[in-house]
Parts: sequence; structure tokens; C-alpha cells
Amino acid sequence: MRLEDIMRKRVVTVSTATTIGEALSLLRGNRIRHLPVLEDGKLVGIVSDRDLRDALPSSLLTHEDDSQVLHKTVSEIMTRRVITAHPLDFIEDAAKTVYEYKVGSLPVLDGGRLVGIVTESDILNCLVEMFGVHKPSSHLEVEVEDRAGSLAEVSQVFREAGVNVCSVIVTPGSAPQKKILVFRVQTIDPRPLLDLLTAKGFSVCGPAEGGMRP
Amino acid sequence: MSRRSRLIYSPDYTAYYFHKEHPFNQRRLILTHDLLTRYGLLRAEDIVPPRSATDEELALIHDRQYIETVRAQGHSASELPTAASHGLGTEDVPCFPRMHEAASLIVGGTLQAVDLVMNGEADHAFNPAGGLHHAFRGRASGFCIYNDCSVAIAYLRKHWDARVLYIDTDAHHGDGVQWAFYDDPHVLTVSIHETGKYLFPGTGDLSERGTGEGYGYTVNVPLDAFTEDDSFLEVYREVVPKVARGFKPDVIVTQNGCDAHAYDPLTHLSCSIGIYQQIPRLAHQLAHELCGGRWIAVGGGGYDIWRVVPRAWTLLWSEMTDQPLEDGPLPAGWRERWSQESDVPLPERLFDDAEQLPVIPRRREITEKNRIMAERALLHAPQG
Ligand SMILES: [Zn+2]
Ligand SMILES: [Zn+2]
Repeated sequence: MRLEDIMRKRVVTVSTATTIGEALSLLRGNRIRHLPVLEDGKLVGIVSDRDLRDALPSSLLTHEDDSQVLHKTVSEIMTRRVITAHPLDFIEDAAKTVYEYKVGSLPVLDGGRLVGIVTESDILNCLVEMFGVHKPSSHLEVEVEDRAGSLAEVSQVFREAGVNVCSVIVTPGSAPQKKILVFRVQTIDPRPLLDLLTAKGFSVCGPAEGGMRP
Repeated sequence: MSRRSRLIYSPDYTAYYFHKEHPFNQRRLILTHDLLTRYGLLRAEDIVPPRSATDEELALIHDRQYIETVRAQGHSASELPTAASHGLGTEDVPCFPRMHEAASLIVGGTLQAVDLVMNGEADHAFNPAGGLHHAFRGRASGFCIYNDCSVAIAYLRKHWDARVLYIDTDAHHGDGVQWAFYDDPHVLTVSIHETGKYLFPGTGDLSERGTGEGYGYTVNVPLDAFTEDDSFLEVYREVVPKVARGFKPDVIVTQNGCDAHAYDPLTHLSCSIGIYQQIPRLAHQLAHELCGGRWIAVGGGGYDIWRVVPRAWTLLWSEMTDQPLEDGPLPAGWRERWSQESDVPLPERLFDDAEQLPVIPRRREITEKNRIMAERALLHAPQG
């Protein structure tokens, strides 16, 4: 999946002249945490709820200081070097970027124009769904040789058992020449499938990590 | 306490029959009925035969088109083209003759239990054929065609406007019931089950807490594989009374699947028969404390039909009728009657000998993890 599939396309933005007070009420009103800052249609910065909170004086100070701060513009506190993404970026790459730069969101630029935004929780949510359960199903793991055709051989067994596969994930195995195929299969009773796999010499891992047969 | 309890039962329940090799086998009800009789726990007037649920009643939950497909399929020699899209004709839910009639008798049995309890003819009622908690609005799943639990709860909502507490202790997550009332704050579902990491249906995570108005009214406690009696009961006793007292139900519906037993071939929990005395005991107490006694119990999963189901559901009925049973040899007549037909040696006593159950790995870690799960499950639920 790519960012264009999950990004929010209606982006709330501010200009460099927007005051901190206005920016705060925009965040609260829209229940968001990041505001891209535009100047002549170009992205020049970003402010987060944290930047704004840090800019506010502590509650021990007088109200006068308070209102002074609220009238400053966001250009004084915004982050100018914005980490951005492209609509064709893959979700996993965006996850890496967010992790590497420790940012809470990525404005998405297409030809220099702001076309969307994704937050770290959008990305996490999407990854959770990719690994998640969409249909009632059982989980099973098969360790196979890391070579062409392994997946097809296992799939052939599923076909024989008449069991529908909902999802497959491939992860590294216990040794470099092995990999683990993680399936979700649409049945409450995977026993016939397990028997068939074992009979054909596949090693199936069960709920006790370390290979105990379920 | 009164002995006003009813068992909804008829040998006709065994018409819900997929085929010889299929793990879901209602013959377990015959075995249970026979054990109850030989223990002397059943009087003729305790038994009420089930009625069939009407199409209108089924449609409280199920799509009309689905009901029509199930009916037509049960009267067709070949598989209908629309069957597969409704989850019928799979390895889990193969088609069989008169499947609509067999499945609606089970739902009707649970509705019968509801009628008796809500009209004051009984305090408690038990439909051991029910508990088919995996069925969805328009789709069969996990051996279940119609969801008697969901239909009964919708029926309680419609006719009595009742606040319903649903407690599901089957080893599998009660997904069908959860999703049917996910946004309804008048129905609180609690499911304690083996984690969906490996086991069907995969859902039942802590984070499934309900939606909209119903947020906080879905409670899930996923337990680690190999959980034993003490940890299972600790979680159950920590979560269920708090939620029940916070929610203040008018009636309690319990799903009493007994597939968390170590012998069950489909799951990976490691409990003994002992939990099937303790689970209904607490539900029974809460029903008297909070609901004027109104308690409807249904069966559910249970795939060791010889060694587990008859003993587990005998203990449920003994609790419901205040006829407590002590450990001891099972009635000799019962063992004689069935030993020839069983493919495993029948148990000798009512309770399990801990020595005979498999030793499990990592008991301390599992207990600790389950405890944390129970705490987190309660976070957004009503509590009293
Ligand atoms: Zn009672
Ligand atoms: Zn079950």
C-alpha cells in the first residue's frame, strides 16, 4: 500500500502570519496535532501542538504575558526543515522515516504542492491492519526452505485440504536458509491441515514458541 | 433458594448433524442427559422441549436472504450457487438436509429458556444445545449456522427492554455476539478466551471495547495458551463481578462452552473439570444478587464429547438447581452404557486428577500475563 491510499486529503493549514492563539484553536477545533504552514501555496514550515504548548508561558505568569504570546505569529516558532513524503511512498518506508526522524506526521508533497498529511498513528494503524485479522480464522506457521517454490508447495496442501487462506506473511526462520510462512486460514479446526502438512514433511510451529505441536 | 430451574432438552437436537467425522456432535447432549438422569438430578417436570424459532425471531439478527438460503439449501440435493457466499458448504459448516429446521430448533430452545425466565415460570433455564456464538448476520462460521445467543439477546431487548449481561467462557472468542451488539450500551458482552494469536477466530483483543454509545460495553480478556484452572478462575473472578455490579443487568445470559479443558482437541488451554463447577457458581450468585435470579445458560463449544462435556454440563445443572455434587466415581451405569461406544477410556470420577493432566510450560509467566490482561480489560468498562 502507498501513502496516497491512507493519507488525509483535507489538510488544515495556516499561513506564516497566523497567530499562535488562532493556531491553538484550529488544533482544538479540528482535533489534530499538526499544522503545515504555507506561504504563497508553498510549504515553509510545520507547527505541532507541542511547539505551541512550549511557546505558552507557564500558568504561574500573568495574563498579560499570556495574551502577548497568543498574538505572536507561528512563523516565530515553526519548524522550518520539514520532513515530507511523496504520495507514491510505501507505508513501510513512511514508517521508517517517522521512526528515524522522530516526527509525529509527514506532509505529503506532489510536485512541491501539499496534497495530504499522514500521522504516525495513521501509519501504525495501517500496519496493524496489514498484520491483523479481517475474517474469523486460525493462525498457523510453517517453516520452509528459503528457496523458490516453497510457498507454492504449502499452498498446494491448503488446496488439498479445502481450506481458504485469508492472509500470508513471510518472516525470517530459525536459520539463514529457512523462512517462516505465517498464514491465517478460514477454519475453526486446522487439525486436518496440520496432519496433512506434517505428513508431507513440513514443520509446523504451535502456540508454545519453540515448536510444540498444538 | 428455589429449585425453579428448567432444562430445555429433546433428543431431536441431534438433528443438527454435519457428518460422521465432524468435530461438532450433539450426541454429547444425549450423554449429558443420561449422566444427569443417573445422578438423579432430573425430574420429569424439570424438562421442557424446545420450540422452533420463527423467521421473524431469526430476523432479529439474521438477514432474510441468509435465512432463505439456509432453508433452501437444506431442501436441495446439490449445493446452491449462493451457499458459499454465506459460509455454507465449507469444511467447518458443511450442508446437511433440513439444516434450517435443525438450527432454528436450537435457537427456539434458547428463546424458550428466555420466555420461562422472563415470564417468571422459572428462575433459571439451561439450553445445552445453544451457545452457537460464532454465527453472523448473514454468514455461518465456526460450526454455527444461527446465533441463538444473539437472537435471544435481541429478543430480550425487544420484548422486555432488558439490560443484558452476556458472559462467554468458551475457549473461543464470542465474536458473533460481540459484533451484533458492539454499539449497544444496553448489552454488555464479556468474553474470556484463549488469545486469537493462534486460535480461531483471531479476534477478541483487549482493544475491542465497543463503539459509539457502546464503547466500554464490550469486554475481552484474551488468555495465554496453556492457561490452567487457577489463572482462569482468578481472571474470571476479578473481571465478571466488577463488570456485573457496575452494569446492573436485568438478566444474565451465560455461554458455557467447555472447550477450555486440557482434553479439548481444538484449543490450547489446560483447564480441568473443576472450573465448570466454579464458573456457573459465580454467575448464579450474581443473578440472585443483581437480577432477581434471572439467569439463562446455554452450551457452546466442547469437542471431547466423552470425557469433558457430560461432566461439565452436569456440574452446571447441579449448580443451577442447588443440588451440589462432590467428587466421587461417576455412576457405574453411565460408564457401562457408553464405554463400548467411546473411542477413549471414559473418566472414572466427576473431577479430574491433576496428576493425569499434561504438565504445562511457563506457569508463572502465563499467570502474570493473564493478570495484566484482566486489569487492562477493565479499564474502560463500567465497574461496581
Ligand atoms: Zn438459584
Ligand atoms: Zn469454542
